[in-house]
Amino acid sequence: MTTYILRRMAQMVPLLLGITVVLFGVIQAVPGGPEAALLGSGRVVDPTAVEAYRVRLGVDRPVPVQYLRWLGGAVQGDLGVSFSTTRPVAEMILERLPATLELMGAAFLLAAVLAFTMGILGAVKQYTWWDHLGTGVSFLGIAMPVFWLALLLQLVFGVWLGWLPVAGTRTVGEASVADHVAHLVLPAFVLSFRYVADWSRYLRASLLSALGADYVRTARAKGLPERVVVGVHALRNALIPVVSVMALNLAALFSGAVITETVFAWPGIGRMFVQAMFSRDYPVLMGILLLGSAMVVVFNLVADVVYGVLDPRIRYE
Amino acid sequence: MSEELARAFARHRLAVASLAVVALVAVACAAAPLLAGYAFDAIDLSSIRQAPSWDHWMGTDDLGRDLFTRVLYGGRVSLLIGLLAAVIGTGLGSLVGAVAGYFGARTDGVLMRLTDVAFSIPTLPLLIVLASFAPATAASMALIIGLLSWMATARVVRGEVLTIKRTAYVEAARSLGAAHGRILLRHVLPNTAGPIVVSATLAVGNAVIVESSLSFLGLGIQPPTPTWGNMLMDAQATMATEPWLAIFPGVAILLVVLAVNFIGDGLRDALDPAGRER
Repeated sequence: MTTYILRRMAQMVPLLLGITVVLFGVIQAVPGGPEAALLGSGRVVDPTAVEAYRVRLGVDRPVPVQYLRWLGGAVQGDLGVSFSTTRPVAEMILERLPATLELMGAAFLLAAVLAFTMGILGAVKQYTWWDHLGTGVSFLGIAMPVFWLALLLQLVFGVWLGWLPVAGTRTVGEASVADHVAHLVLPAFVLSFRYVADWSRYLRASLLSALGADYVRTARAKGLPERVVVGVHALRNALIPVVSVMALNLAALFSGAVITETVFAWPGIGRMFVQAMFSRDYPVLMGILLLGSAMVVVFNLVADVVYGVLDPRIRYE
Repeated sequence: MSEELARAFARHRLAVASLAVVALVAVACAAAPLLAGYAFDAIDLSSIRQAPSWDHWMGTDDLGRDLFTRVLYGGRVSLLIGLLAAVIGTGLGSLVGAVAGYFGARTDGVLMRLTDVAFSIPTLPLLIVLASFAPATAASMALIIGLLSWMATARVVRGEVLTIKRTAYVEAARSLGAAHGRILLRHVLPNTAGPIVVSATLAVGNAVIVESSLSFLGLGIQPPTPTWGNMLMDAQATMATEPWLAIFPGVAILLVVLAVNFIGDGLRDALDPAGRER
C-alpha cells in the first residue's frame, strides 16, 4: 500500500506540471493584462508608468520565461502578485480559504447526512413513498441549476418567510455563533444539494445489491434483528463505493463554491475568483485554478486509497 | 435494428413523454415569432411589473416586456448553445477516444495523459475565464463549453474501441487492405454509436445548465437578447417584488434538463441488450 501511494504521488508530479502548462497557456491567451487591471482600477493612466509596472511584474518577458519564473515561485509557495491589489496571491488565497473550507465542510456534512438518510430509506423501504421522494429529489439535484435553487431558497426563506439571512457571513453588529450558523444554512444546503442527489442514488443502489447478497441471508437466518442486518452487515459493505465517490466529489465542491459564494456574497475563494475574472487579475485566477486542480488530483488519490483501505479484497501492487 | 431500438425505447414511458416535452419546447421556441404576442425587446411602460395574467401568461418585467415571449426567445439561444456544445464536445471526445483506442501505444499514452490533465482542471472556473473574453455569441459559447466537455466521452469511446478493434470484422477489413481512417470511420465508430448517442444526449442537459450558469454570472450572451440564464440574473434584483421573473425561466431550464436526462436514461436502457428482452 505504501509503495502504491508513493508511486501514485510520483505520477502526480508530471500531471500537475501538465496542468500548469495548460493553465498558463490559457491565461496567457486571454487579452488584457496587468495594465488593463490597473487602468480598470482608475489608478494609473500614464503610459510610461504602465510600462514600468509591466517590467516590474515581469510580464514584458517571453511567455516561456514567464512560465518558468512563475513555476519556480509556485513550487516554493509563491504564486506571484495580484495585478489589482499588488499583494501576494498566496496571501490573498490563504486569507479567503477558511471561509470556503467552512462552507465546503458544512455542505459535505449536510450532504452526507441527507444522502445517507435518503439512500438507506430508499433501499430498505424500496418502492414506497420514501423511496419515490428520494428519487424525485435526486432528479431535481441533477437537473436544477445551482444558482436557481439558490434564488428560490432566498425567495422562500429570506423574502417570504424571513427565517434566514440570504447574504454574507454575519449580521452587522452581531457576533453570536447562532447568527453565523444561520448565515451558513442556505449556502451550505445549496452547495450540498447536487451531492445529496448523487450519493443517495449510489448508496441506494449499493445497499440494494448488498441486501440481496448471501451473507445478508445468512445473517437473517441466524435470527439477527433487521436493524443489525441492515446497519452492520449490509451497510458497511454498501458504503465502500459511496465513500470513495464522496472523497472524489470533495474537490468538485470547490467548483460549486464559485457560484454558491457569488449568489450568497460568501467571502471565500469562489467569490474572489469571480471578482478577479471581472478585473482581469490573472495571477489570482491562475492561483485559484491551480489550487482547484491540485485538490482534484489529491482527492483522486485519496478516493483510491480509501477504497483500498475499506475493501481488503482490493490489492494494489 | 433501429426498429427494435425504437420499440425498446417506446417501452420507457417516461423517456417517450420527455421526448414529447423537449420536442414541444423546441418547436415553441423555434416558432417564437409566431407564438409570442409581443417582440422580445418591446418595452411597454404602461404595463410594467405585471403578475401573470391572460394578456401576459408569465407576467412582465420592469420594462413591461412580456416574460412568456422572452422565455420563448431565450429558449432559442439556450437550446441552440446546448445542442451545439453537445455536438462539439461529444464529437471531439469520440475522435480523441477512437484515435487513442485504435492506435494504442504512444498515441494512446499521450492522448490519455492529456485527458487526465483536462479532467483535473475544474471545468466551471476555467469556463468562467474563457467566457470572460470570448465573443459573446451563441457559436463561441457553444465552442468553449464543447471544448471543455469531451473528456468523459473520450474515455468511454476509447474503452469500446479497445474491444472492437480485436473483432474479426476489423481484422478482415485490415487484411483487405483498408486504410486506418476507413476502418475507424466505417467499422469502429458506427459500433460505438450507442454510448456516443447516450453521452451526447446527457451532454445537452449539462450544456444548458453550464450556459445558464455563465449567463447568470453576466458572461456570454448579453441583454437585451434573452437567454434563460441572463433572465435569471436580471430577476435577482427584483425577486422580492416580481418573483415570477425568477421562477419561469428556471422552470424552463429544469423541465428541459430533466426531460433530456430521462431521454438519455431511456436510450441507455434501450441500447443495453441485456435489458431489451424484458
